[in-house]
Amino acid sequence: MASVTVQPSIPTALGDGGGRARSVASAARLQGWLRRLPVLPALVYVILVTQVPFLLTIFYSLQNWNLLSVAPARFIGLQNYLDVLNDATIRIAIWNTIVLTVCAVAISVALGIGIAVLLNREIFGKGILRTLMIGPFLVMPTAAALMWKDTLLNPLTGFVNYLLTPIGLGTFDFINRFPMASIVGIEVWRWTPFMMLIVLAGLQSQNQEVLEAARVDGARALQMFRYITLPFIRPFIELGALLGSLFIVQSFDTIFMTTQGGPGQATTNLPFKLYLEAFQAFDIGKASAIGVLAVILTMIVATFALRTLFTIFQVETRR
Amino acid sequence: MSVLAARPGRGRARISKAAWSALAWAIAIVFFFPVLWMALEGLKTEVQAASIPPTIFFTPTLTALQEVLSRDFPPYLINSASATIGSTLLVLLLGLPAAYALSIRPVKRTRDVLFFLISTRFLPFAASLVPLYILARDLHLLDNILVLVIIYTTINLPLGIWLLRSFMLELPHELIEAARVDGASMRHELINIVLPLIMPGIAATSLICLIFSWNEFFYAVNFTTTIAATSPIFLVGFISGRGLFYAKLAAAATLASLPVLLAGWIAQKQLIRGLTMGAVK
Repeated sequence: MASVTVQPSIPTALGDGGGRARSVASAARLQGWLRRLPVLPALVYVILVTQVPFLLTIFYSLQNWNLLSVAPARFIGLQNYLDVLNDATIRIAIWNTIVLTVCAVAISVALGIGIAVLLNREIFGKGILRTLMIGPFLVMPTAAALMWKDTLLNPLTGFVNYLLTPIGLGTFDFINRFPMASIVGIEVWRWTPFMMLIVLAGLQSQNQEVLEAARVDGARALQMFRYITLPFIRPFIELGALLGSLFIVQSFDTIFMTTQGGPGQATTNLPFKLYLEAFQAFDIGKASAIGVLAVILTMIVATFALRTLFTIFQVETRR
Repeated sequence: MSVLAARPGRGRARISKAAWSALAWAIAIVFFFPVLWMALEGLKTEVQAASIPPTIFFTPTLTALQEVLSRDFPPYLINSASATIGSTLLVLLLGLPAAYALSIRPVKRTRDVLFFLISTRFLPFAASLVPLYILARDLHLLDNILVLVIIYTTINLPLGIWLLRSFMLELPHELIEAARVDGASMRHELINIVLPLIMPGIAATSLICLIFSWNEFFYAVNFTTTIAATSPIFLVGFISGRGLFYAKLAAAATLASLPVLLAGWIAQKQLIRGLTMGAVK
């Protein structure tokens, strides 16, 4: 808007000589900065706390530096990356991250869709049901993880074990025998409500007349879901899945509280490995190299997530 | 059967409604049970909480809650509150003007700025963790609430800006035009016209800040030890706690979860919108 009002005056300014043209131009520039002013503090803040440290991470990753050793930091080129890539424990951590993320997201999306469809039907007590369903997502993850470990899946006193006594699993140690499945289970319990909320919002924004017309035309419920509802809620499902993966890829709380990455390395994911390298081994160089690799892995996921977000926002503005 | 035959359509509809309702309730109860169990365990005596088989019927007692609250839990709760409130205020302070300049008076390359901001939210904490730790150590900010406020603001600011912007985009254009014709300055426009109208947006943003700051664990466990430790850190003390501490654990877990649970339940409408940065309404 500002540029439109300034432009016509430029030819006359040129006729009058350079002085006024310069002042008009600088006024326009000032105007531009004034417009930008409100966004600058936030932008500078984010750059200072995320981008500058990231550059430092790259810098540290090229150094041999351990906080526990008295030796000063020393430039060693790509040695940390070679170490990291040759480290079998890190390959396991990457694999565990992928398994945990893919399983937890896939299962919670599937369950979330099912429950959302159910809650979108004519049923009793919808509001209360939704309120109960989002409980798991709101409970503090560290608190929930401890409750699962100590009072639900505890082989001695756990309630789930108690319920499963008739089928002989009364003293079965789920977390030790199936550590990854247990972590996936807890994450699914936590993220299904999140997926359900997003899909339910999608279902509720669906045009009922289209469904009614299809019903009049004799479409069966399953057909309608497959060919009308599912395409409509697809962007919502994608959004849920992608946001969910970005969060679950970073999961740390549940693992820290229940298994501490074990037994052995069975549940050590990349964030937990990073924690071990940075805050148990204090190997700054190696931890930074893991950090850079984690960024590259996340960027691949995030690119898709952002693209989806933007398609949804474009649909919004077109409306 | 005879009833069904008499009124086939309505009778069947009612039965199917009852059946679907029953299924929905069963699923919801399964999901909610761990939350309920946490609260129940917190109302038991230690002996009841660790009994084999689990105690289901009991007279509730507030002993565990009182014990947790009278011992060393309150400072952790206060730290959580300080970090959460501090970072939420900072997010609003930085986020409101930014969202305004990205919606109502959009700057050039608005899209790029938005894209950049949100990409920082999904940068893994691994990206900046080590330098932030070294920096905090050198500035003697380890175990200081300030470092958590700074980090939680970074976590929530991009979400906050996107969310506030989505609310600002919905404001009627005529209103702002009218103010502009009257010669309102940018500051006046933001504070006196936009701000009162986007209170739901501010509520949604505060809710998201509350959820992510209050429940945050990774930075809290690595950047604080005792003085600035937040409530999830208090729970860490129970990890190795063998023995009869389940009631106290559950009481502390319930207390720690309560603020976010209540806020999320009260503001369910804002929750979805907040979690998806305004994309889903």
